[in-house]
Amino acid sequence: MDRLAARFADCTGRAALVTFVCGGDPSPELTAPVLEGLVRGGADIIEIGMPFTDPMADGPAIQAGNIRALGAGITLRKLLAIVADFRGVDADTPLILMGYVNPILAYGVDAFARDAKAAGLDGVILVDLPPEEAGEMLPALEGAGLHLVRLATPTTDAARLPTVLDGASGFLYYVAVAGITGQNSAEEADIAAAVSRIKASTQLPVAVGFGVKTPAQAEAIARHADAVVVGSAIVDLIGAAHQRLSNDIPGEVEAFVSGLAHAVRAARLNTSATREIGA
Amino acid sequence: MLDIQTQTNSPSGSLRAGPDEHGHFGAFGGRYVAETLMPLILELEQAYRTAKADPAFKAELDYLLKHYVGRPSPMYFAEKLTAELGGAKIYLKRDELNHTGAHKINNCIGQILLAKRMGKTRIIAETGAGQHGVATATVAARFGLPCVIFMGARDIARQAPNVFRMKLLGADVRPVTSGSQTLKDAMNEALRDWVTNVHDTFYIIGTAAGPHPYPELVRDFQSVIGTEAREQLMEAEGRLPDLAVAAVGGGSNAIGLFHPFLDDPVELVGIEAAGHGVDSGEHAASLTGGRPGVLHGNKTYLLQNEDGQITDAHSISAGLDYPGIGPEHAWLHSIGRVRYESIKDDEALEAFQMLCRVEGIIPALEPAHALAWVAKAAPAMAKDKILLMNLCGRGDKDIFTVADALGVKL
Repeated sequence: MDRLAARFADCTGRAALVTFVCGGDPSPELTAPVLEGLVRGGADIIEIGMPFTDPMADGPAIQAGNIRALGAGITLRKLLAIVADFRGVDADTPLILMGYVNPILAYGVDAFARDAKAAGLDGVILVDLPPEEAGEMLPALEGAGLHLVRLATPTTDAARLPTVLDGASGFLYYVAVAGITGQNSAEEADIAAAVSRIKASTQLPVAVGFGVKTPAQAEAIARHADAVVVGSAIVDLIGAAHQRLSNDIPGEVEAFVSGLAHAVRAARLNTSATREIGA
Repeated sequence: MLDIQTQTNSPSGSLRAGPDEHGHFGAFGGRYVAETLMPLILELEQAYRTAKADPAFKAELDYLLKHYVGRPSPMYFAEKLTAELGGAKIYLKRDELNHTGAHKINNCIGQILLAKRMGKTRIIAETGAGQHGVATATVAARFGLPCVIFMGARDIARQAPNVFRMKLLGADVRPVTSGSQTLKDAMNEALRDWVTNVHDTFYIIGTAAGPHPYPELVRDFQSVIGTEAREQLMEAEGRLPDLAVAAVGGGSNAIGLFHPFLDDPVELVGIEAAGHGVDSGEHAASLTGGRPGVLHGNKTYLLQNEDGQITDAHSISAGLDYPGIGPEHAWLHSIGRVRYESIKDDEALEAFQMLCRVEGIIPALEPAHALAWVAKAAPAMAKDKILLMNLCGRGDKDIFTVADALGVKL
């Protein structure tokens, strides 16, 4: 069983908490301690952002995180080295690289797949790689044993869903709102309906993200989805802590994530009626 | 002469058959967009196919191009410029005489007609020099749709007259302060708006780039330039030009001029902006100084560092200040059908002044790049050769930039 499947199995009976940070934010040196802070706080799975100069699907928080990370000198090569270091202290937490296509093309698709697997990554999410363009990446990623996590959105209708699911692996990332990261939030009822619609078509776990900022929002989604993704709120916290020269950014991250983790774990204990919707 | 047959990969043998069904021109193009946008992109493609086959769509487009835009634009034999340079006969395709002062309106009319057919009620666009923003604001006013224009804060500062024009036309001009605060950042912000308002919003992309089907439909709407030019030269000279040249940023005016000539024995030259020089690192010459990659929904040549991060473009011309180029140009470059060269800021400035002085025409800084190349190439060509240049925009918007560059206080 690979790390992702094992982790979802560990989380049986509750939703997993997926947390996102920008790799290299606020500096390459602090990234491994921040990742460890996420895990101590209770993150089950980590998405590590691969910074890009032109993050077209991201809101102001993650744009700023990208700028901080690039300004501090992060590169894809350095990021893979950080992942390898993290694997030295944590062999079990799944790590998914999330970002845009171009840095991987510049690195070389085959070289990236080989080096990413060797570093200990479990998969990638590429925001600007729809299924129609995945052909140039998928063989190399699959060959290396890396998941290419697909995204579904409120605009993915029943006719299109099979296209998205064809070749999907690891989990399915449901983008809860049409929009960019860190902005509007979806209604719980809409999320519940979308998750059950998707789960009727796939065995893959369904993670829900975009606009999830507070423990209460995370708890609401955790009643229905297999995983809850929180990104911009953590990146915002790192930005604020960095700005006031905090000397314990990993500790602050841990405290915030701990609140999210408690909420996610409590979600299905606090309700009896919705259990079967998300299971 | 070029051997066209060896360069084509289309079964028909034509270089005009692209893109393929997935929106690829050879290894370039495609649809690299967020999943949220994919259904809309597919719907747009379908709507465009239907419109293209509908005589009523063509009739309305033609009517507006004739009576609202002022087409056909004249084909002008630049007699004095020809004499001054002492070589090939120079013809200028006068797209700067269009309503709104540039070729951009050709495409905006086509796209807003599509937006209406698709039932969209809100228009967004990005702009660099402001010409596409003005053209979009113009058609939005004409069709009564609210319109938001994203424009880099740096471009707003250097194109104040166009910003005011857009506001007069009722557009909401939003300054973009991220990144280099120029065209690429405006495009990022427009894409962010689009993905957020996908249910009611139509994005009028101004150049022959972006996700499929934009490069194709922008090219088709701009091909009126080359189609008219072909007929006009046949009428004036009884033959095709020997060479056609146009400035290239994203490349919409150039592909519009080139496309109808792709299968003919006409030498085609695209002129990129070399800024302070391609070796200086401060330029906008994606083909001359860039590498293939993915940005803004398509695979094409991009200015980028070795880590795949997009680097800032530089050009005195805001309309050419973009680190990428349309995918069809990338393909035409890769097969060698079009030759791409570059012209520096100071050369364009000199050509700008020359056309004012010699022909009494104030060109935009964008076609001034093509003109600077003409000034170098024409004297070396025989007097019986015909050189066609697309004068794609007028320079009223640029007088402040030019005054500043010449050290003149207005």
